[in-house]
Amino acid sequence: MTPTGPAIFRLALLGLFGCILQLTTVAQITIFGVPADLSPLLVCSVGLLLGSVPGALFGFCIGLFVDTALLQTLGISSLVLTAVGYGAGRLRELRDPAHALVPVAVGAIGTAVYAIGFSIMQFLLGVDAPVSLLLVREILLVIVLNTLLALPVHMLVRRWLSPFLPDDPRRRRRRAYTTGGLSPLSRA
Amino acid sequence: MYDKAVRRRRAVLAVLVALSLTLLTAYFGESSSGSLHGVQRGAMEVLAPIQEGANRVVKPFRDLFGWFGSTLDAKSQRDELKKERDALRLQVTQLQVDGAENKTLRGLLNINTGGGMKAYQPVIARVFARSPSTWYSTVEINKGSSDGVRPDQPVVNGEGLVGKVKSVSNGNAIVMLLTDQEFGVSAKAARSGEPGSINPAVGAPGDLLLELVPRGKLVTKGEHIVTAGTVSTRLRSLFPPGILIGTVNRVDQGEGELDRRIHVSPAADLRRLEYLEVLTKPNTDLVASTGKTP
Repeated sequence: MTPTGPAIFRLALLGLFGCILQLTTVAQITIFGVPADLSPLLVCSVGLLLGSVPGALFGFCIGLFVDTALLQTLGISSLVLTAVGYGAGRLRELRDPAHALVPVAVGAIGTAVYAIGFSIMQFLLGVDAPVSLLLVREILLVIVLNTLLALPVHMLVRRWLSPFLPDDPRRRRRRAYTTGGLSPLSRA
Repeated sequence: MYDKAVRRRRAVLAVLVALSLTLLTAYFGESSSGSLHGVQRGAMEVLAPIQEGANRVVKPFRDLFGWFGSTLDAKSQRDELKKERDALRLQVTQLQVDGAENKTLRGLLNINTGGGMKAYQPVIARVFARSPSTWYSTVEINKGSSDGVRPDQPVVNGEGLVGKVKSVSNGNAIVMLLTDQEFGVSAKAARSGEPGSINPAVGAPGDLLLELVPRGKLVTKGEHIVTAGTVSTRLRSLFPPGILIGTVNRVDQGEGELDRRIHVSPAADLRRLEYLEVLTKPNTDLVASTGKTP
């Protein structure tokens, strides 16, 4: 789907609020010595809800914001998050998974791709560093934390974008059954 | 229709990837005074007040989460601290004796140095944002060039050295922490006096290495590492002498002297930084001893 003006405005607000919350709060709360990272979760959720093109665009913008706000090398986060958003969107377009825990799996995979992709980019840019156990442990812990946060984040994003989401056929069917429209019993 | 949608999707992806790679290449290739760096600093100037405001608003929630985390850690910390307290009691007794002796000797030698941090004109700043990445260990503080903060000035807190100023805008600054991959400081072991250089163990977050130590075997576990300061007026250090950097927590013995790796844990808890001090006149000692303005 192609987001329209109000949807783009909501996406921009979501990105801005999410990034500021990440930088000012989430990054400063450590559990087992590491903070969670909301940015790949937001991108995965937008990709899952709106599709590959909005997911990739949202990932690019979030990455650019993060790199700019933290004075990091411009383009690294954008590149990796573009891939994450596109991947999440393609999953929706190709498989349209219905299971309620799909956002959890996608959040975990998206975070893994982001964390590992970011590290690989750093190595490619010439950072002379060994792949230590501490680094692997840190990446794994971020993935675990983000997996725990994936579902609530997805539900909040879904709620925020709900006026612009296409009507889900499954939900429509459920609604019809509860109101008696399609129930075989109602015809009896 | 379907082909058109596929082509559009692929084109958007290709454009975004190309744009990212272009940005990356341009940014990586230019100097820190380049246009992209300038844009980044400008954006930081705009975003900083928003981030600082948000930081104030969400502080109670952050403190609440911090309280849960602190309670969980408290038990193990208590046991460790009890042991440490017993050891420190012994040390304090010894230090009181040494302190009295030191005071007498200082008076006799009439050393013309400030000694405490006040001499370095510290500016107190509050941390309002930090990098979540393992690769970039930075925090943002609410003091900038208008408060006398300049790039490369040392940053400390009550526990020891925290890092140095990386970039400054009018009202804010970015502080590069000790564990950032680009950080380095000349140091020495407090007890054995062995000089060396403190660098982060890149890829091992929170770990530092004391390198280039001529006689590394003299440095032992538990020894404090402090900044060496300026040892030659020709090669001025950015850091005043005697600031605690950390404690040797492990020495990996290699096959030879060059393979020995001395691991140091930072004295400052870099995960919980709230207030920092930027030393705006770090070369006060040097001025006092040479009479020249650096």
